[in-house]
Amino acid sequence: MVKENLVKDVVKEPYKYGFVTDIETEKIEKGLNEDIIKLISQKKEEPKFLLDFRLKAFKKWQKMKEPDWASLGYKKIDYQDIIYYSAPKQKEKISSLDEVDPKLLETFDKLGIPLTEQKKLSNVAVDAVFDSVSIATTFREELAEHGVIFCSISEAVKNHADLIEKYLGTVVPASDNYFAALNSAVFSDGSFVYIPKGVNCPMDLSSYFRINSGDSGQFERTLIIAEESSSVSYLEGCTAPMFDTNTLHAAVVELIALDDASIKYSTVQNWYAGDEEGIGGIFNFVTKRGKCLGKRSKISWSQVETGSAITWKYPSCLLLGEESVGEFYSVALTNNLQQADTGTKMIHIGPKTKSTIVSKGISAGNSKNSYRGLVKMGTKAKGSRNYSQCDSMLIGDQASANTFPYIKSQQPNSEIEHEASTCRISEDQLFYLQSRGIEFEESVSMMVSGFCRDVFNQLPMEFAAEADKLLALKLEGSVG
Amino acid sequence: MQSKMKESDPILEVENLSASTDNLPILKGVSLTVYPGEIHAIMGRNGCGKSTLSKIIAGHPSYNITKGDIKFLGENINSLEPEERAQSGIFLGFQYPIEIPGVSNLEFLRVSTNARRKFLNKEELDTFDFEELVKKKLEIVKMDHAFLSRSVNQGFSGGEKKRNEILQMALLEPKIAILDETDSGLDIDALRIVASGIKKISNTQTGIILITHYQRLLDEIEPNFVHVMADGKIIKTGGSDLALELEKKGYEWTDNFVKET
Repeated sequence: MVKENLVKDVVKEPYKYGFVTDIETEKIEKGLNEDIIKLISQKKEEPKFLLDFRLKAFKKWQKMKEPDWASLGYKKIDYQDIIYYSAPKQKEKISSLDEVDPKLLETFDKLGIPLTEQKKLSNVAVDAVFDSVSIATTFREELAEHGVIFCSISEAVKNHADLIEKYLGTVVPASDNYFAALNSAVFSDGSFVYIPKGVNCPMDLSSYFRINSGDSGQFERTLIIAEESSSVSYLEGCTAPMFDTNTLHAAVVELIALDDASIKYSTVQNWYAGDEEGIGGIFNFVTKRGKCLGKRSKISWSQVETGSAITWKYPSCLLLGEESVGEFYSVALTNNLQQADTGTKMIHIGPKTKSTIVSKGISAGNSKNSYRGLVKMGTKAKGSRNYSQCDSMLIGDQASANTFPYIKSQQPNSEIEHEASTCRISEDQLFYLQSRGIEFEESVSMMVSGFCRDVFNQLPMEFAAEADKLLALKLEGSVG
Repeated sequence: MQSKMKESDPILEVENLSASTDNLPILKGVSLTVYPGEIHAIMGRNGCGKSTLSKIIAGHPSYNITKGDIKFLGENINSLEPEERAQSGIFLGFQYPIEIPGVSNLEFLRVSTNARRKFLNKEELDTFDFEELVKKKLEIVKMDHAFLSRSVNQGFSGGEKKRNEILQMALLEPKIAILDETDSGLDIDALRIVASGIKKISNTQTGIILITHYQRLLDEIEPNFVHVMADGKIIKTGGSDLALELEKKGYEWTDNFVKET
């Protein structure tokens, strides 16, 4: 019924989020040096500890080398040719949504994320980020009644500096990797979530990241803290206009779960992927990591990666607390000349920890899609278990799929299980569906959704429908 | 009785059809006409072209029509896509039904049924209405409801796959059903269920082509015509007694016909 109509409707659409909002922006000059970092920090009126954090990260970054181990090929990024801060001009202090530039509200309306009081989504609180700044966060008062803090990270720096100082960089230290160091030095905005002890967040929280400017990078930073016995489900969506240049996106996401807390983090990534010849598109270098600090805590990542010219992303879990649980459910689809190198790391440190990895890679066109994952059992991870399943689906005969599973065990009393498969959509399967009256494109999308079912089942409901649509859209014309 | 049937227009006309795959000729001039209410059986050795004929009628992309026409309800369908043929009422029951992992049988059946209904300008069914419909149809093939929640044909036994084919036929209510070795791999009980299912679904308005090696299906469903195929051609046509004779004498007997033609 509804679902199948949606699939039909969207298969014929081009990338529909490719528009640019014509708005006056405040940009700083291109390039990266200490002065630029001081300028960003000053614009955001940050406390000294944060400026120090940034400068330290910058020093480390200067000594680091861009990683080249991923199965990706791209033109060298000129880090001096990027604008590190770009924000739509608006009044100094905004006290309510009425003061937000209507053009911005309209932009998010067009993206299907209405923000105004009358139109806002009824069951999801949204933090809308436009280039380097957060525009608005809905349902803040309602959430505050439960003690939940949901705001932009810039505001959190001002209003909850103690929490920022305590947790920022504790899961992903600035020295972790090249892109995390860069982000730590120049991050502009992102979301902050704090769920107090014993609170189950009454609604889903969501951030929507929009890149509008063609020559500036987006470096968002997200920090989610779930106190003892609390839980939250967080959704993240991303789109960008179509430019023929490549835009750098280097985000860092840190999650912290204390005793008996659970965090579910879902992403639908649909950054502009470049055109059929591989011109333009977002370079997406992201470090996402969760720390299961508490006993019986749980962090679950689910992602649907369909966009970006380059995806380099490994949402991971550090399982410290006894009996803590890490999960990673992923669908990564590449088409045309897209390249994705994505997977996860499950680091079992505490005893009786458990992790599950389900990865579904779909490669169409001339694209390249790699799963790269590490499962590590530390010396104290007695009685821990991991199950991994990595499946690849090839569409056409020009695409490639790779699986790179790394397994390291220092604990004989632990179990690691890995299954992998590769399949191709066969002509016979397509003919079978078609011979039952099902259109060609719909047959393909039915089979692709079927292949991804294990992952889609993990997504929040609206997201699952969205993901289904996206895949159908992305595959249009890629078969046959 | 036959002349009475022919007062109506034919459902399917295959006229002097030749076809090849990878430049290898498979069909070498097949002609066959099916009127409403008729049951045709096509028999012949493995590799004689009977399965190919059924796939070509259904629109399989691996075969090229090199000569001749296929007409369905008077219209030439040579260049129609397989889904267009299916929507308009051509049904192919597969010899080896294909497994489709991850796609739920229920969803598959519903999408397929709605594609046909849309063509017939009937209202498309939502999940609840479809559930009602499919429950009734399940009885025809004595299938358990649990089959619906599994992936299409995945892990089904041979008999279950064939019953799933007949279930699809029951839902799609085709004008013509071509059943390619639906009887192969079935035990006696399953064969009876499948045969009685086919009889329940067919009526005076539908045509049926049974492709088979064996008499035992034809014991259950008596054909009006039996055609014997060899080397891409129909070499002999007769009534239901032809099948009995073939059963007695074996295909060696038909080799003489090939020489004659």
